[in-house]
Amino acid sequence: MSVRRLDPVQPDAFKFSPANLKWARDQMKKYPKGRQASAVIPLLWRAQEQHGGWLPEPALRAVADLLDMAYIRVYEVATFYTMFNLSPVGKYFVQLCGTTPCWLRGANDLKEVCRRVIGEQQQVTEDGLFSWLEVECLGACANAPMVQINKDYYEDLTAESFEQLLADLKAGREVKPGPQNGRQFSCPEGGPTTLMNGAAESKKSSAAKSTRTTKRKPSTARTKSATKRGGK
Amino acid sequence: MLKDEDRIFRNLYGFEDWGLKGAKKRGAWRGTKKLLEKGRDWIIEEIKASGLRGRGGAGFPTGLKWSFMPKESDGRPHYLVVNADESEPGTCKDREIMRHDPHLLIEGSLIASFAMGAHVGYIYIRGEFIHERERLQAAIDEAYDAKLIGKNNVHGYDFDLYLHHGAGAYICGEETALLESLEGKKGQPRLKPPFPANAGLYGAPTTVNNVESIAVAPDILRRGASWFAGLGRPNNTGTKLFCISGHVNRPCNVEEEMGITLKELLERHAGGVRGGWENLLAVIPGGSSVRCLPQDCCQSLNMDFDSLAALKSGLGTAAVIVMDKSTDIIRAIARLSYFYKHESCGQCTPCREGTGWMYRVLDRMARGEAEKREIDMLLEVTYQVEGHTICALGDAAAWPVQGLITHFRHVIEERIDQYSANPKPEGAVREPAAAE
Amino acid sequence: MPKLIIDGNEIEVADGITLIQACEEAGVEIPRFCYHERLSIAGNCRMCLVEVVDAPKPVASCAMGVNELRPGRDGGPPEIRTNSETVKKAREGVMEFLLINHPLDCPICDQGGECDLQDQAMAYGVDGSRFIENKRAVEDKNVGPLIKTIMTRCIHCTRCVRFMTEIAGVEELGMTGRGEDAEITTYLEQGMMSELSGNVIDLCPVGALTSKPYAFAARPWELRKTESIDVMDAIGSNIRVDTRGREVMRILPRNNDDVNEEWISDKTRFVWDGLRTQRLDQPYVRVRGKLKPATWNDAFAAVARKVKGLSGSKLAAIAGDLAGAEDMFALKDLMTRLKSANMDCRQDGAIIDPAKGRASYLFNSEIAALEEADALLLVGTDPRWEASVLNSRIRRRWRAGAIKVGLIGPETDLTYEHDYIGAGPQSLADLASGKYDFFKTLKGAKRPMIIVGSGALARSDGAAVMAQVAKLADAAGVVKRGWNGFNVLHHAASRVAGLDLGFLPGKGGLDTAGILKAAQSGKVEIVFLLGADEIDMADLGKAFVVYIGTHGDAGAHRADVILPGAAYTEKSAIYVNTEGRPQMADRAVFPPGDAREDWAVLRALSAELGVPLEYDSLAELRSAMFAEYRHLAMIDEIDHSDGLDLSALSAGGARLTKQPFARTVTDYYLTNAIARASAIMGELSAMKAGVEKTGTDG
Repeated sequence: MSVRRLDPVQPDAFKFSPANLKWARDQMKKYPKGRQASAVIPLLWRAQEQHGGWLPEPALRAVADLLDMAYIRVYEVATFYTMFNLSPVGKYFVQLCGTTPCWLRGANDLKEVCRRVIGEQQQVTEDGLFSWLEVECLGACANAPMVQINKDYYEDLTAESFEQLLADLKAGREVKPGPQNGRQFSCPEGGPTTLMNGAAESKKSSAAKSTRTTKRKPSTARTKSATKRGGK
Repeated sequence: MLKDEDRIFRNLYGFEDWGLKGAKKRGAWRGTKKLLEKGRDWIIEEIKASGLRGRGGAGFPTGLKWSFMPKESDGRPHYLVVNADESEPGTCKDREIMRHDPHLLIEGSLIASFAMGAHVGYIYIRGEFIHERERLQAAIDEAYDAKLIGKNNVHGYDFDLYLHHGAGAYICGEETALLESLEGKKGQPRLKPPFPANAGLYGAPTTVNNVESIAVAPDILRRGASWFAGLGRPNNTGTKLFCISGHVNRPCNVEEEMGITLKELLERHAGGVRGGWENLLAVIPGGSSVRCLPQDCCQSLNMDFDSLAALKSGLGTAAVIVMDKSTDIIRAIARLSYFYKHESCGQCTPCREGTGWMYRVLDRMARGEAEKREIDMLLEVTYQVEGHTICALGDAAAWPVQGLITHFRHVIEERIDQYSANPKPEGAVREPAAAE
Repeated sequence: MPKLIIDGNEIEVADGITLIQACEEAGVEIPRFCYHERLSIAGNCRMCLVEVVDAPKPVASCAMGVNELRPGRDGGPPEIRTNSETVKKAREGVMEFLLINHPLDCPICDQGGECDLQDQAMAYGVDGSRFIENKRAVEDKNVGPLIKTIMTRCIHCTRCVRFMTEIAGVEELGMTGRGEDAEITTYLEQGMMSELSGNVIDLCPVGALTSKPYAFAARPWELRKTESIDVMDAIGSNIRVDTRGREVMRILPRNNDDVNEEWISDKTRFVWDGLRTQRLDQPYVRVRGKLKPATWNDAFAAVARKVKGLSGSKLAAIAGDLAGAEDMFALKDLMTRLKSANMDCRQDGAIIDPAKGRASYLFNSEIAALEEADALLLVGTDPRWEASVLNSRIRRRWRAGAIKVGLIGPETDLTYEHDYIGAGPQSLADLASGKYDFFKTLKGAKRPMIIVGSGALARSDGAAVMAQVAKLADAAGVVKRGWNGFNVLHHAASRVAGLDLGFLPGKGGLDTAGILKAAQSGKVEIVFLLGADEIDMADLGKAFVVYIGTHGDAGAHRADVILPGAAYTEKSAIYVNTEGRPQMADRAVFPPGDAREDWAVLRALSAELGVPLEYDSLAELRSAMFAEYRHLAMIDEIDHSDGLDLSALSAGGARLTKQPFARTVTDYYLTNAIARASAIMGELSAMKAGVEKTGTDG
């Protein structure tokens, strides 16, 4: 981890969209009275999503004002948590896990692909489509090596499949998150060694299919489901 | 091998419906009310009797932990906080629970909260698990809609469950750092005492439990403590989710009986070590924080808390990282050191300064650019960090290095010799262990 | 009372204290960096690790309560070792970690010679380094004109962050980033806008935060250290004046738990450059409209020529806010010998009648009693700017959740929450009659307190306001057995001594307003200003003005004769603070040029005027003063013998006006002649004005 600074080029202002502002106020209700500062991470995250994947300085103040926090406290949070991007990222922001379990299974090869196809870390490609960052363990070690691109995990990658994935994204082709080698999640490749009945049943089960959505719903739809309980 | 009917996580691989209907079909939410009716003390005693030890890494008895919560409220609310900040390298089990069997966690949360007098629970999920968060929230919404939780629910115990997320900080898996983060601050661990059971979230009595610990609780109560205690070995009971990564033929997650031998675990479920058992160099048996074990320790190794502790390693999160003989073990551990440097919160001196120091020395050692006397110096530095920090991250950073030096000192020495004989051979790897 | 065995000696300690405190009581010194008695416990430096026998690992003694320790082996007291091999190793380890990334720039570091890291490295470290990697470099931060940062030196103890957050009440500093890249900074390097920010320089255990104005100016061992008393407000903060040769190089706080603890305001700390500029270093006489340098003899002769033959009623004297007790005693003596009763020490026109007892104008409960107060009403005062250090105590009490504060006067950011009751006398009267909820708060409190400031008293209806306060105090039970919560907060350092000495209109004499009126009408022909710069000089009409003071400020510009005096660092003098506590300042340096101590100037002048004062030395003056005012001899003690008569106070005054209470301090950094001469204070004032304009303050 290197020193994290705000980007030298900043927008003049940041304003939550009405929908996000309402969402933010609902989030604050999850926490006891006077503890609204608890919502700082979710709100900063939403601000980052709204602002194209990075967190501009005015957003820190907007969140601080909303939560009645000192600016420096929000600044501390924004620089402490590494998922907050303080500089612009590509439309496809590739976070490549480089920690040992992924490294053992070829993360360095993926890194090479990134360097070759995208360029140096944290540099956005000229077409604005890509930037990449080596990150620490993303918690999908049984499906190593893997990358996270925006919200999606792409697992069981090889240099070839990863390069193909980047090419597909660049070409605007539909891509399928999850294991890239046809595996069922973290089930052993080639089929389960336990719970064989379930696996057999699943072939007829429609429920199973629903867990393997290939096309992403627009993010607003997800927002809705996440807020439903916000007011409780 | 564990029989399928003894498995708790019956939808581990997501072949079936994750939703309420599917969960109920698998037995979740069955008789929950009856369990609550048996009372707080019964639940805690039953969990104690089951021998369940915390699944987050430290292995502290879960029932005992629950019993630390004050019996009566002194006016402050009680909180259950579920630690879903799964970030220990090698570990990817809680993710499966949350996306494929979330109702086990929700039901467990209700039961655990009831047992400790909490009416509010927060699940703190790591920020990167975005789809898991959406899935879990959807399951929580289902539970609310079905009046399984919430105010005036069918169980007669008001309980609100909120999902909260982080934004990229391994340290938030430390329980007090998690509480700080949940309060909207940097995730810097607190000094203990006071312990969370006395002053936790918002200064109120709080218990922080791992996802798996909570998710297994309903089944333990339903099937009986003796069922769970009958699995595994004394003091190391029950079933356990193992995460198998690294150089095996078929990496996977699997629920197995506690105490299964490593060899059986790898060969039965993961297709064995790449290139055969004899090609095994070492394993890290419990997530990155424990000391690695070389092949000769692994022959008949039981995968449980006490067996691994006896070898000065640990079961940790039961994340087995397998390394075959092609592995550059120095680089593998150096990469872990980089991880701890990256994830140190920076609060206390030994960890802030020591993690960077250890990484930089190891990074040189991986290239052979070191003196042999530095091996002992590095070992001393690990001891200077270990036991001197506010939280266990310091220990976690020190142990892998200690394991490396204990078991693979000769490899480091050879590397140094190689380098001094020929400092700049063609095609040598010059890249640091991590892209800084 | 838990028992402990510390290094083999059994001791019994108070409940609730920490192990580090217990060790101190046992006479064992524990090294530390992050721990500070007056700040919350961070436990992050790990330097204070000790061995608790049978504990699995060393324990941070600053963070471990003695009550939390488990009993020793056979149920005996817990056993602590601070000198074992484990502890030695732990300390050496921590010390090494602190030093690996600390620069080796001690020879050019202003902290050198008074650096905790240096000292403790000597005592607890080892002599070599095993670290051969590159050292970390950290970008310096610009945090304003007072604090210089060399952030590579920072050891991340967070004392500064905790001070700003907890004591100063301005959340401006923080630690950003994480791990080895963590840095202390303000938000986007904005300057710290706190009146207490300079204290972080003292708190910083290394040379990361040092004094910008003092940068590279001197080494601590070159400096002569003189104990003194601050005059920037009426708190009487205990200070140490560090000098080299004839110059004040810096001002630091001295610890006094009863007064300022160990904090001082930025004005107190950084005003010293004002002692060097705009100084009156020789007498002046106005000749044909222009001030011309003169000899002492010429200047005295010019005064004598004017005074000769005038009746006492044509003479008057006003004492300024920075005058010492001795100076006022001598001037009063002189005026009395010249048969004039026209004198006043209240240049702001505060209406205070010492005839109603000394307790009617003191901070009776004493400042330290704020630690007990559970309800506080502020009337016409903004303690944040009138008594910054005192305000931080209120804040601490509030942070502990132990006090409710109400405010009548201009609304302001006090750094703590308060009930805003109203702007002026009417709100006060309404409160006294029980109209607001805050009356119940006050009445229900165990230790209720009222603080009345100059904003409530320095006005035409001051007596009536005071009467209302007295009525309220009576009705709400603010004065009771063992507790006197009736407090006046003065802003002028000279005020209480002036009132004690009776530097007030004598029989038939004129007060400040009267003197100015009479000067305009010509009834008063000569006015002596003893460092009085805060009156409107235009009001002096055609009077002949003799200015005795230190700086070329308003008074000197209006003067006909200037007699150069000594500033507070240049004389030994007694100042009585708002509590009525006499404190003595020592002389740190001599006054510049021909300037002399004010009492000596007055003594010399008296001879020229033919009414010689009867003391030739400061000692003689003091014995004369003490003979008359015994309590002034009781240095550091408060004479409470003159009890408070609320009924007498409530009788005073005519009618309340509708005018809201005014701010006493409008420009905090420029409240007196020394501060106005200070370039640093000027810069701060401009900075604050700029910040207020953009509306991001506080």
